[in-house]
Amino acid sequence: MTDQATRGARRGRRRGRLPAVLAVPAFVGLAFLVVPLAGLLVRAPWSTLTEQLLSAEVGQALALSLVCASLATAVCVVLGVPLAWLLARGDLPGRGVLRALVTVPLVLPPVVGGVALLLVLGRRGLVGQYLHDWFGISLPFTTAGVVVAEAFVAMPFLVIAVEGALRAADPRYEEAAATLGASRWLTFRRVTLPSIAPGVVAGTVLCWARALGEFGATITFAGNFPGKTTTMPLAVYLALETDPGAAIVLSIVLLIVSIVVLVSLRDRWLRGLS
Amino acid sequence: MTLHADLHVSRASGFRLDLDLSIVPGEVVALLGPNGAGKTTAMRALAGLLPVTTGSIRLDDTVWDEPPRVFVPAEERFAGVVFQDYLLFNHLSALDNVAFGLRAQGMARHPARMRARDWLAKVGLEQFAGTRPRSLSGGQAQRVALARALATDPALLLLDEPLAALDASNRLHIRAELARHLGEYPGHTLLVTHDPLDAMVLADRIVIVEEGRVVQAGPPAEVARAPRTDYVAHLVGLNLYRGTASGTTVSLPGGGTFTVAVPASGAVYVAFPPNAVSLHATEPSGSPRNCWPVTVAGLEQHAHTVRARLDGLPPVLADITPVVVAELALAPGTRLWATVKATEAVTYPV
Repeated sequence: MTDQATRGARRGRRRGRLPAVLAVPAFVGLAFLVVPLAGLLVRAPWSTLTEQLLSAEVGQALALSLVCASLATAVCVVLGVPLAWLLARGDLPGRGVLRALVTVPLVLPPVVGGVALLLVLGRRGLVGQYLHDWFGISLPFTTAGVVVAEAFVAMPFLVIAVEGALRAADPRYEEAAATLGASRWLTFRRVTLPSIAPGVVAGTVLCWARALGEFGATITFAGNFPGKTTTMPLAVYLALETDPGAAIVLSIVLLIVSIVVLVSLRDRWLRGLS
Repeated sequence: MTLHADLHVSRASGFRLDLDLSIVPGEVVALLGPNGAGKTTAMRALAGLLPVTTGSIRLDDTVWDEPPRVFVPAEERFAGVVFQDYLLFNHLSALDNVAFGLRAQGMARHPARMRARDWLAKVGLEQFAGTRPRSLSGGQAQRVALARALATDPALLLLDEPLAALDASNRLHIRAELARHLGEYPGHTLLVTHDPLDAMVLADRIVIVEEGRVVQAGPPAEVARAPRTDYVAHLVGLNLYRGTASGTTVSLPGGGTFTVAVPASGAVYVAFPPNAVSLHATEPSGSPRNCWPVTVAGLEQHAHTVRARLDGLPPVLADITPVVVAELALAPGTRLWATVKATEAVTYPV
């Protein structure tokens, strides 16, 4: 018993000893990620914080951000889940190419995405000219434009998460549903979707977080009009030039929102990704 | 309403299944074969999960599959399938699993649940209606899967290794219960299994496939009495040899001869059960029996007997009691004499 305990402790110690080659960069990396966030809190103008938080500009930017990110996420779910299904289950040729195309916005600099959106959906754009001429719709520099820009950048996150969940789900359950007379649509709703729900939730959270923080494509495609297209990240950037204190406050608000979402969905999130 | 299936399925791997199968209403046909023989491929083709490459599947004059013109997909075929690992929907209760097919076919929620409840009662699981599949035992899950497959009144019931996932202690009881349900089912049943006992107990007719081909078909008793391949002989516990008969002597191509009771001529099978083989430490004298030297290659403990694999001309399986194993001090490599009475060795033409 004592022997065993000693041996156990010794083994524990041996396992606990980290090689410096790994430990040093690991701790530097950790500090690199955590210290800037701490700095944000240290430099916050705590005395005027509440006053600033309740100011009209912050409230406006926050509300706009939350609404646009949520709308963009809704668009992504409605379009992205079927797209993920198509990539994972559809028996169409060139799936690999399609998958690669879907992931392009992931690696594309968001500013480039914004430029591309302008070229296509701008008033003289490939598609935008018809939208404008036929329906009188003009997306650039509007709130709807913010949603479009955010959805463009965030959708791949959702598609990849949901597709991963679909690939991990056993397709034989769908076959079982088919032998019971269920159409593919019914099978998708009653069998596939419930089984990939954690993956969908994880993808939605990722997508929403990405949309909330979107900057480059938004400012390029939707511009910066307070109350209309100035979301939190844009407000932070602008405030930094005129009023650094306000920028810090806005940043803290974004940080808190992100942490609240992460914590509240943590269980499902982890389950979905693991 | 006879099911006729002339299945030819080619896979990219080079595997090819050729299976001609008819099932009359109320009949249970067992598709028996080793792993990789093509049993599951046949089942998937019949269920509509896999189109046949050539051939046809028809239920009387309804064509289910006949390339290149007709392919009725699974969801329109109404074949009930009990999958090997049951594939119950984990997010639905047992009741909703059974009701799923009825709902899919357009029945309203309430009547579908009533019917599903009746089916759960039939398989003795009424009290588990609200239970999630994960909380069911293997035997219970199998019965829910059976109820789910039968609830839609399918014309064809396909069972893929329905007892393979159960532990041995449950299997006997559940096999008997399955036999009762299959007896009551008026449609066509195909049972896919690699367990000869399942096939013998549950089926009216056994079709044995090896490497994508039918090697033997017939009622269980007939198959057991006259196996045609090593696999079948081994399954039903027979020693089986192919040789050339001349009178009461059969010569085997690999070496060795048998003396049999009934004269025959030409190519024949010789078969005798492993318990017809006696083992002796020294050459027995003075009897007109089949007698040849063998070496112990392996010993397998069964319930009350030991099956000895013996190398020799020809190699042979012998079932002996543990007492004999002790008396003769049997171990791999032990040299012995095997004898078989001529009256025990049955011949039948190839």
